[in-house]
Amino acid sequence: MTLTTLDAPMSPLPYRIRQVTWENRDTFSFALAPAGEGSCERFLPGQFNMLYVYGVGEVPVSISGDPAEGDMIVHTTRYVGNVTKAMSRLRADQMIGVRGPLGNHWPAGEAKGKDLLIVAGGIGLAPLRPLIYEALRRRSDYGKIVLLFGTRSPDDMLFRNELRQWRSRFDMDVQICVDRAHQDWFGHVGVVSSLIPRAGFDPYLTHAFICGPEIMMVNTVEALIKRGVSEEAIFVTMERNMKCGIGLCGHCQLGTAFICKDGPVFRYDEMAPWLTIREM
Amino acid sequence: MYILEREYLAALATLLLGRGYELIGPKLAGGVITYAPLAGIEEMARKIRDAQGPGHYRSSPGEEDVWFSYVPGAASLKPWFNPPKCLVCRMRGSADEFLNETPPVTAPKRAFIGVRACEVAALRMQDKIFLEGPYADPEYRARREGALILAVNCSHPAETCFCASMQTGPKATTGFDLALTEISAKGKPAFLIEKGSDAGGELLGELPVRMATAKDKEAAILVSERAAQQITREINPERAARGLAAGLEHPHWATLESRCMNCANCTLVCPTCFCSTMEDSTSLSGDTAERWRLWDSCFVSEFTYIHGGSIRKSGASRYRQWLGHKFSHWHKQFGASGCVGCGRCIAWCPAGIDITRELAVFEASAPATARETVR
Ligand SMILES: Cc1cc2nc3c(=O)[nH]c(=O)nc-3n(C[C@H](O)[C@H](O)[C@H](O)COP(=O)(O)OP(=O)(O)OC[C@H]3O[C@@H](n4cnc5c(N)ncnc54)[C@H](O)[C@@H]3O)c2cc1C
Ligand code: SF4
Ligand code: SF4
Ligand code: FES
Repeated sequence: MTLTTLDAPMSPLPYRIRQVTWENRDTFSFALAPAGEGSCERFLPGQFNMLYVYGVGEVPVSISGDPAEGDMIVHTTRYVGNVTKAMSRLRADQMIGVRGPLGNHWPAGEAKGKDLLIVAGGIGLAPLRPLIYEALRRRSDYGKIVLLFGTRSPDDMLFRNELRQWRSRFDMDVQICVDRAHQDWFGHVGVVSSLIPRAGFDPYLTHAFICGPEIMMVNTVEALIKRGVSEEAIFVTMERNMKCGIGLCGHCQLGTAFICKDGPVFRYDEMAPWLTIREM
Repeated sequence: MYILEREYLAALATLLLGRGYELIGPKLAGGVITYAPLAGIEEMARKIRDAQGPGHYRSSPGEEDVWFSYVPGAASLKPWFNPPKCLVCRMRGSADEFLNETPPVTAPKRAFIGVRACEVAALRMQDKIFLEGPYADPEYRARREGALILAVNCSHPAETCFCASMQTGPKATTGFDLALTEISAKGKPAFLIEKGSDAGGELLGELPVRMATAKDKEAAILVSERAAQQITREINPERAARGLAAGLEHPHWATLESRCMNCANCTLVCPTCFCSTMEDSTSLSGDTAERWRLWDSCFVSEFTYIHGGSIRKSGASRYRQWLGHKFSHWHKQFGASGCVGCGRCIAWCPAGIDITRELAVFEASAPATARETVR
């Protein structure tokens, strides 16, 4: 029998890095498989794992791969500091510790029969990619599927192949914008929330799933509400310092919520009271 | 209910030690009552008086012939169940190849004697956090399983206590194996003992006890009633929660910021504060990597660090987290207030901040409920 996170919830399981893909200059994807026997844990779109770098530390990272893909688990990480930098130096065949899957998931079932609006800022596309894979697999469950993706510059793009494939589909609308562009960028320039007013979805029959920096989510929600989307149909993910990921260390609290066990996905109206207060 | 003459409490200690229990109880160390291992009842703190107030604690020899004439000091039972530092996992190898060689968590059998009602309530709260959530903490579980709780009902509450208003004391009602009330029975000092579990009942069978009379029971009730009457501080948990919920942006947070020294004493002495951080290290040769868990506090500015900076930068926001969590958010998270009214954070605050008074400020500016308006 292999141990699971439930048996030893603080203890990472050794996984082997099967493949490293650099998405852009600071963001890389790992495909991981258990080092011993046993298979990857099943996960739902929106869940995360605690990833442990030998001797360095452990950080929460969303699962960015396809939930139907059973023998590998994919994570996409941007390196910003100590642990993620050490992680960026790891190569295929080296090892990493995995604890999870943890947290709740995007409530995709609730969106059945409605338009699906997905809004991502930067690395925020990572936890939304599994949702897109799933939604396209059950394409007939939804009305329109719209992806709005904002990134700092064309060089910061990630998942280029997928974005190209999704853009070429007739049953999905993909809009990409950048904050800053050079001459060879022909797309939209501006913040992603500026795409909301003219995006093609029915505001009264839409479920919106948003992930990105907090300020981007706040602006996006504001634009959505202006268009008539109700707060109960908007879902956001929250990011806070996490040490345990399982509700025991207290670090991730935001008001009454533990982001790790009650989230990271929240219906916007549950988060709204806390988001307006500084330094909560 | 049973009566055990006071001199035979030593027999209970001997019985437990003989059965391989580590006996933990109140002990005077450096002038402060603390919980420490006891080799016998002789080592237990007896006939001590404690004077407590905001930012103040002093103990002295007691004059009455009462053994438990004091309440606990800064140390609660917390470190015995949630240690300040513990190993979380151990890996052996390198980033190329490593194995998880975390030893299984084990803990000695421990019997805790002289545990007060507020401590028992705090322990039940820790159970909710560490055992009853989606994931259980292995360290806490190992220490909690098989621990015996031998409570003592308070007769001499401190000036800082307010358990009565939090409904956690001064008498323990559940969560113990045995609960003792110090009385005089047939002219002799004795304990009235209540059985709280089968394990407690089994211990009683080995002790020279007799059945309690109606008079003994009355005497014990009187002890608890008198103790409750001596308690002067109070908090109304519902009103406190409402005051805080309405006062997230109250100017009083700035006043508190100017008085608070950010020392984190309050969260460390608090028997229900549970926050921790992790520390990673490798051996010199690099072939062993360990992850340790350490107590942490929301008063530490790195507590909320995420790439780019901490969320709670100001002292005011950190003070708001402490009071807001304890007295407001806790209700939704764990179904009750996070405070058991032990008064430690008042006595051990170097600035002498008294939360019972500070909460009143928020309550006073919160809109009253319909019922209160009618009254
Ligand atoms: C639920 C969740 C999902 C996430 N998913 C992704 C993802 O898919 N891809 C990705 O690139 N990043 C993701 N992050 C952010 C990622 O966890 C941080 O970038 C990472 O913790 C930074 O660690 P560091 O040691 O490199 O940075 P440092 O700046 O050196 O941080 C020091 C320590 O602070 C804590 N910390 C710092 N920033 C964060 C943060 N943003 N969130 C939580 N703890 C932090 C960590 O304990 C970290 O070790 C996610 C965060 C959360 C909470
Ligand atoms: S908040 Fe203060 S009085 Fe309440 S349990 Fe904690 S230390 Fe005791
Ligand atoms: S008051 Fe602070 S230290 Fe105590 S449990 Fe709450 S967040 Fe943790
Ligand atoms: S990360 Fe530890 S409680 Fe949420």
